Amino acid sequence: MNKYVLLEDVGQVFATRKGAFVALRDINLAVGQGEFVSIIGHSGCGKSTLLNLIAGLNKATSGVMLCAGREIAGAGPDRAVVFQNHSLLPWLSCFGNVYLAVERVFGRNERRPQLRQRTTAALEMVGLGHALHKMPHEISGGMKQRVGIARALSMQPKVLLLDEPFGALDALTRAHLQDELLRIVAAAGSTTIMVTHDVDEAVLLSDRVVMMSNGPAATIGGILEVDLPRPRDRLTLAANPRYAMLRGELLKFLYERQHRAVA
Amino acid sequence: MNVSQIKKDLPQPDSVPGGNSVEKMAGVPPPAARLSSDDGARPGRSANAMGELLVHKVLPALLGLLLFVLLWALLAEQSVNLPGPAKTWQSALELFDDPFYDNGPNDKGIGWNIVHSLQRVGLGFGMAALVGIPLGFMVGRFSFLNYMTAPIISLLRPVSPLAWLPIGLLVFKEAQPAAIWVIFISSIWPMIINTAVGVSRVPQDYLNVARVLNLSEWRIFTRILFPAVLPYMMTGIRLSIGVAWLVIVAAEMLTGGVGLGFWVWDEWNNLNVEHIIIAIFVVGIIGLLLEQLLLLVAKRFEY
Repeated sequence: MNKYVLLEDVGQVFATRKGAFVALRDINLAVGQGEFVSIIGHSGCGKSTLLNLIAGLNKATSGVMLCAGREIAGAGPDRAVVFQNHSLLPWLSCFGNVYLAVERVFGRNERRPQLRQRTTAALEMVGLGHALHKMPHEISGGMKQRVGIARALSMQPKVLLLDEPFGALDALTRAHLQDELLRIVAAAGSTTIMVTHDVDEAVLLSDRVVMMSNGPAATIGGILEVDLPRPRDRLTLAANPRYAMLRGELLKFLYERQHRAVA
Repeated sequence: MNVSQIKKDLPQPDSVPGGNSVEKMAGVPPPAARLSSDDGARPGRSANAMGELLVHKVLPALLGLLLFVLLWALLAEQSVNLPGPAKTWQSALELFDDPFYDNGPNDKGIGWNIVHSLQRVGLGFGMAALVGIPLGFMVGRFSFLNYMTAPIISLLRPVSPLAWLPIGLLVFKEAQPAAIWVIFISSIWPMIINTAVGVSRVPQDYLNVARVLNLSEWRIFTRILFPAVLPYMMTGIRLSIGVAWLVIVAAEMLTGGVGLGFWVWDEWNNLNVEHIIIAIFVVGIIGLLLEQLLLLVAKRFEY
């Protein structure tokens, strides 16, 4: 397997008033091109911290991090992030929010009509062709998250990073968007790293699930290969014994081996 | 509680919810539904809301004003010098009958006085905005500048506006620019401070978006910083205009020239107390209008 995203001995230490706080240690992970990897763990285990490191929003205290053979030195549009709370700019329409990203990535080589076309196409892909000129406060939480996904995908990133993208949504909307993401990522063939705390979501979407041990000084506790055939369908999977087994493995890790003293 | 009240509180047979059983059985929609079907419910409901507003807001306001005028009339009744509301109203009617007459520098219509005061406020405030808002952005964005300017701002901000007047007279050697200078220096602080606070409160999420997109500093300013700070900036502008309008009357009393402040002083020398009272009302009403106008503008920038 090629190593498109490579983390070697990565550690993150935060300086706090009470002294150094070790958030992550000894993280070793290789993600192949086109692979979908989920990072799962209890809240506070540093899974978002790990994602921020890959995004380049934070700097690792130790270790080596590479993306497509180059060192990750800072944030950039080649590693697009879908934020947990969508982070749309409220003064720009859906179109404007996506256009800002498209313009940044393709503005140098393409003219305005092409940029507009890309923007519209990205929004149509997430099923928002009818809401191009709506403002963020006029649309639902699920639609906002779709715009966030459209914004990230419109940049044609090398790696798509998702930080609990569906955490704030209701169960039905979440399921719907998971299906959409499954379809979109398959079509675009993007390399994807997603942080989640939802066991079903992790199994349904991923090729591999990275299980994080509890913090402080969290690290990778195990990696689960999800060898379910694609394309996957939520309903048929529900009856699949292999699916149930994988799901059980994840639950066992989270609730037996990493059981929290304080629930 | 007397008997009649108790009776009123008891549910009347006709007004029981779900009553009008005859209509229900006959399949006739209740009156409200019938109204809404031909778009009649909307005006009905809004009329109700208007009634609410009238009872809860307008009525008390009118009552307060009435009480104020009554108190004023009572006080005027007891006093030899203080003119009552009726006399002041009469005088105001005469004054506003010809607001733009011009009989030389010391005798101009009320309109001219208002225009000149507004002009000074506009100039002083405008310059303060031109300097204060960019300064506020820089102070908010660069912590070095913040720490550098913090002692100066906290030292100078509490200084009474009129304390700056002698400095202005000394430097400009003329009354007019000195008055504008006082407006400038007293109205600049809220704009610097509010803009800076706005910049420092731009949500980290938005700045993360900027970093992921790798936006240029200029794009960050136009697409993220400026729109995010705008509501704070508008608050600063509103406070500044308020201060400027407060200060102008006092400044003009001291510097002279045409303007509401000087007019008040002039009428005090003429012992025309009605005009002084009218000036107070005019200053109050214009201040209120400025405030409302800016609130209206600020509303456009709420997301």
